[in-house]
Order: sequence, then structure tokens, then C-alpha cells
Amino acid sequence: MPGKSTAHTYPRHWKRPPLLLTHPFWRKVILLGGLVYLILAIQTIEVDWQRVYLGLERGWRFVQGFLVPDFTSRWNDIYAGLLESLTMTVTSTVAGILVSVPIGIGAARNLAPAPVYLACRGIITVSRSFQEVIIAILLVAMFGFGPFAGFLTLAFATIGFLSKLLAEEIEDCDRSQIEAVRATGASWWQVVNYAVQPQVMPRLVGLSLYRFDINFRESAVIGIVGAGGIGATLNTAIDRYEYDSAGAVLIIIIAIVLVVEYSSSYIRRWVQ
Amino acid sequence: MNHPSLNPQWQYRTPKQSLLRWFGWFWLVAFTVVCWQIMNENTIWAFVSDAPQQAADIGGRMFPPAWGYINNLWQPLWDTLNIATLGTLLGVLFAIPVAFMAATNTTPSVRFVRPLALLIIVSSRSINSLIWALLLVAIIGPGLLAGIVAIGLRSIGFVAKLLYEAIEEIDEKQVEAIRATGASGAQVIDYAVVPQILPAFWGISVFRWDINIRESTILGLVGAGGLGIQLNASLSTLAWNQVAMIFIVILGTVVISEWVSAKVRQAVL
Repeated sequence: MPGKSTAHTYPRHWKRPPLLLTHPFWRKVILLGGLVYLILAIQTIEVDWQRVYLGLERGWRFVQGFLVPDFTSRWNDIYAGLLESLTMTVTSTVAGILVSVPIGIGAARNLAPAPVYLACRGIITVSRSFQEVIIAILLVAMFGFGPFAGFLTLAFATIGFLSKLLAEEIEDCDRSQIEAVRATGASWWQVVNYAVQPQVMPRLVGLSLYRFDINFRESAVIGIVGAGGIGATLNTAIDRYEYDSAGAVLIIIIAIVLVVEYSSSYIRRWVQ
Repeated sequence: MNHPSLNPQWQYRTPKQSLLRWFGWFWLVAFTVVCWQIMNENTIWAFVSDAPQQAADIGGRMFPPAWGYINNLWQPLWDTLNIATLGTLLGVLFAIPVAFMAATNTTPSVRFVRPLALLIIVSSRSINSLIWALLLVAIIGPGLLAGIVAIGLRSIGFVAKLLYEAIEEIDEKQVEAIRATGASGAQVIDYAVVPQILPAFWGISVFRWDINIRESTILGLVGAGGLGIQLNASLSTLAWNQVAMIFIVILGTVVISEWVSAKVRQAVL
């Protein structure tokens, strides 16, 4: 067939195939569905532009308050809130770790018998599925306003986070070390202490520091529903339209989060 | 023969190490106790001690949940989904340029632009969406828009941080290969960087969407629309059986969104 070789021309242009959703039909369906959803969703937003316009002046005052924060005039409130937040963070992290270590060991399939495993996994699921704020609402209703309810909330949330990750870490342990220690005739406690604990300790320290960081951030939020801490101070400042004090509180929160994050990454590197 | 030096016993740590450890633990415990004391200065223990009764009381009021109340919840639920989805879109839209400015290998200037991008990431990440919502409700008024913007502002830092870490981990050889063809800066990003980070990008976005669904259920507590408004109304009228129903709806939404996000991430990664 001589004609075939003469008609053989290479394409001069290359079109990149789609990177995602390679099937043409599904691509069209999904894109169209997304578009329809977007139109429907945007229609549900009711914006009162007059209110937004009025609010712009407040927004500007907030920006000014953030740039020129006022630490002094509400310093007593800020100090009290900050002290509550920090002490709440420390105690709840420590209490959370103390409770989550046994639960984490119980939720590791290679160390715990089936009934214990299921019970511990159940506790973890319950703790993880509810938001801190919702738990705080319930605990404030039970224990009254103040940092004690916040302490319980954060400790409870810590359990779900830490136990789950600790259990996964224990399940990923090197089996040969456990076997070696067991072969010496060690009891269950000794296996946990000499074979598992050295392997998971660096990770546990790292996770605890990370959770400390999260707990501090959350302690700023649960104050809004009455569980003590800097969140209550912030809420009051915004309710009074004192944006310069609110800006000061936000700057302090950001600074503390930064300090905690940097020092915890430093300690984690030192431990590991 | 029973002299200790002739009959050494194995120990986990040297004496110095264990002494150091002991002091470390001692200070940690002491510090915690001090914090506990300061924290509970104003705690009224009478309220704490009758908590089991309160819990039983609330539990009793919650128990049969107000099933019929679900008909009032469809609209707020739809609002909640919209807040989370549109907020995620908004956040992702702003996070992409911030991530490219923050990654050391794509930033226009390491000295000037990168610190600015990192500052945006840190301030967005440190402040919870509920606090953003609190501010925005005061500024632009209550409603869905405040919620969407709050979720968006909070998502910028999260998405940008994970995305810029993904950008920094890309294979530089592919970038070099594309650059060798004479591609411009934008073309290098389009053909060398984007294909490498796209799976991570979808994974991060869906992960954040999942978190945003959780967070948008409570934004209404401060007036930013969604299920939280109903929750606030039921809480302030002490209608605990309605509260229980709202909790069930929230739990269901969270479980479904977690399932969807896990499926999508499995398909993409």
C-alpha cells in the first residue's frame, strides 16, 4: 500500500490529556453537576448589601485594632483569660495523656484481647465524632460555667485523638522485638514496658506536644460557649465592639501558638 | 562472691539518667498541680459534685429525641453543606497562590514574599473558624455569608500549608526537563509542578471539606447560619429533646462526609 506512507504526517500540535476524570462522559456529568450545585448553593446566600456596607466601617476599625492593638485597658481581663486558657491546656493535656495511654494500649490489636479492643475502640469513636464545642456545651450544662468544664472537654477530646494514634503506632511496632522480649519469659507488663514502650515513646512525646498545641487553640474557642479561658474574654471584647482589645487577644493567641509550635517541633527533633 | 561489683545487675538506665528523669517527672507533676490549683480557684465544687444528677436530668430530657423536629432541620442542613462547600472553594482559591508564594522552590522572592505568605498561613491557622465567624458576624452581619467567609479564611492556612509542603517535595528533575524545552515560568508550573501536586491537592481539599462540614455545624452558635442556629435556639429554650435530634443529624452528616472524603481520597491518591 503505497498511499499509506505518503499520507503519514505527524501531528504538529499536542494536546495534554486531562489530568483528572479521564473518562469524557463522567467528566462532563461531574462538571455539569458541580455547576448546577454551585448555582443552587449561591442562590441560597441572602446578602443584605446595605448591612455589609455599614459593616465595612467596623471591618476597617477591626483592621486598625489589629494593627494598633490595645493591650493595656483590658489587661486584667486578658491576663485572667490567658491564665485560665494556659492552665486548662496543661492540666487537660496531662489528664488526657494519662487516660489515653491505657486506652491506646487496649485499642492495639496486637496487645489486647478482643473484648477490651472493641471497648477501647468504642470509646475512641465516641470521643472523635463530636466536636469540642458540642462537648463543651453539654459539659457546661452539667458542671457549670468556668474552666473546669473546659478542662473536661479538652481532656475528653485528647483521649480520642491520642489513643487512636497511639494504638496505630503500637500496631506498627516491630514484632521481632516483642517476640524477643517475650522469649525471655517476660510477663505482659514486661513486654509492654521493655518491648513496646521504647518503640512508641518518641512518637507519644511528639503527639502529646502536638495535642498541647491543639488544646491551646481549642481553649480559645470553647470559652465562647462558657467553658472559661481566653475565648470568653475575646467574646466580651467583640460584643463591646472593642476591636483594639480583640486584636490584642488575637495577636496573643497567634504568638502563643507560634511559640508552642516552634518549641514543640524543636523538642520533637530532640526526642526522636 | 556476693559483692555487688562481682555480681552486676543489668539496669535500664545509668544512675545519672534515672536521676535526671526523676527530676523531669517531678517538675512536670509539680507544674501540673500548680496549674490545677490556679485553674480551679473559682470553681464551685458544689456544681461539680451534683454533675451526675444534672447529667441524668439532661439525659432524661433528651431521651426520646424529638423525631418530628427533623422537618425543621432540612433547610439548615442544606445551609450547613453550602457553607462548608463554598467556604472550602473560597479557601482553596486563595490558598493556591499563597502556597506557591510560600514554597521555597516556586516563590518569587525568598526574602520578601515568602515571609508574608507564611504570616498569612500562620494567622489563618491559629484562629479557629468559630472566632473568625464571631468577628465576621459583627462586621458583615449574621447569615450564611459570614459563615462562608469564616470557613474560607480558616481553610486558607490549612490548605496552603499542606500544599506548599507538597510543592517543596516535588521531583526537581521534571521541572528541569520542562525548563530545558524553553518553557516559560508559568508553563513550568503548569506542566511540571501541577501534575505532581494534583493528587495531593485533591486529597487536601477533600480532607479540609470534611473538617469544614464538622466546623460549619456549629458556626450558627455565633449567628453564622446553618444547623448551629437551630442548636442555639433549642439550647436557649432548654428543649433538650430537640438538641438531641440536632446532635443525631450532626453525627449523621459527619459520618457521611467522612465516608465521602475517605472514598474520594482513596480514588485520587
